[in-house]
Amino acid sequence: MKNALKICTPLDTDVIKKLKAGQFVFISGTIYTARDQAHLRLAGLIKSGKKLPLVLKNQIIYYTGPTPAGKGRPVGSCGPTTSSRMDEFTPSLLDAGVKVLIGKGRRSQEVVRSLKKNKGVYLMAPAGCGAYLSERVKKAKLLTFGDLGPEAIYKLEVENFPAVVAIDSRGRKITA
Amino acid sequence: MRVISAAKVEEAVGSLFLKANTVIRPDIKRALKRAYAKETNKLAGELYRIILENAAIAKTKRLPICQDTGLPVVFVEAGEDVRIKGGGLEGVIQKAVIRSYKKYLFRASIVSDPLKRESRSGFGPAIIHLELKKGKRLKITVMPKGFGSENKTRMKMFNPTVRITEIENFIVECVKNAGSDACPPYIVGVGVGGTAEKANLLAKMALLRPVDKNSRKKHILKMEKKIYSMINHLRIGPMGLGGKTTCLGVNILTYPTHIAGLPVAVNIGCHATRSAAVTI
Repeated sequence: MKNALKICTPLDTDVIKKLKAGQFVFISGTIYTARDQAHLRLAGLIKSGKKLPLVLKNQIIYYTGPTPAGKGRPVGSCGPTTSSRMDEFTPSLLDAGVKVLIGKGRRSQEVVRSLKKNKGVYLMAPAGCGAYLSERVKKAKLLTFGDLGPEAIYKLEVENFPAVVAIDSRGRKITA
Repeated sequence: MRVISAAKVEEAVGSLFLKANTVIRPDIKRALKRAYAKETNKLAGELYRIILENAAIAKTKRLPICQDTGLPVVFVEAGEDVRIKGGGLEGVIQKAVIRSYKKYLFRASIVSDPLKRESRSGFGPAIIHLELKKGKRLKITVMPKGFGSENKTRMKMFNPTVRITEIENFIVECVKNAGSDACPPYIVGVGVGGTAEKANLLAKMALLRPVDKNSRKKHILKMEKKIYSMINHLRIGPMGLGGKTTCLGVNILTYPTHIAGLPVAVNIGCHATRSAAVTI
């Protein structure tokens, strides 16, 4: 994709502010997986003021539950899952320091408001393209909530992981 | 009476799930190529390129097309003159699903209790729909159904006096409601008639029909074409990025129903709708 922006983690606020809705980006660096049950747990821990199993400040959360890794691969297929199921937990995660969310589909007004407030962005990864995205993951390590199986939190090292900015830090959206 | 060994059924079910999860359906591939060729929206075009490359990678590296390898659904059309030797049909299918999902590294997406949601090692049980037919053949169709799309299922019990346009609008509204959440461009499966559960089953079975084939019933074909055009005017496009294609096909199946009602169910299929079939 021409005119795509290459960004590396950790992302500082200046880079995040520059991202505009509709822009195509390639991410390199560290991202963390978390979906439904991990969100429920993280939001619970935040609410009760307990210690979190990972530092959320300035991090990227990717909504995915990969298939198991085959021989010689860090992960199996790992495309995005529907973001709206995470909506009720997202503002508390953004308040706790998360800066970038990656998933697919629409977000609630509360999430848009929280992204604006916390200067965060929401990206969409190519939906239904788990095999393609698997090729962009170089390393994967189980970080926590291993009992959740595919819903555990994994630390992924990605290289040129493609995504489209769907909601930017000013709350501008690409999708209706 | 024709005897088919349980081992043969097990082998067939296992291979079908491997094929369905890793090889894109030829009709869907054709439809995606057509959508790519006519797309003028650059971002949407790039998405089609990635979707097609994803299919190629999945096939050559035997990776699942989508990480959501679904809730395994199996449709069985069993001839009344067929007997399975060496195991019951239900048991054999369930065993085959678990073996296949384990062997080919598909995702354990099933929780055994829908409310407690504790056990996460689940590859099954599969949902099995059995239909008895005349004859000596056994047809098995598998569909690993992803839940991003399944979550967008809707149904409505219309009055029998409803105008057709109201039904058409309801179906379009279902797609609008799914928006970009469930991996468009979609295949829209519609079940009309029967009882509530029959309409839902028909809607799911409608997803099995190739997207480039329409109903043989003239009045249904007309509806399919009209709804197809209405949905593509929504301009949701791949990933919600806009563009010319929001659905690859509208497939409607009908069944006789009661004088007092008209059930209509809509089951959404994503662009990675997967299925495979074999007749033994």
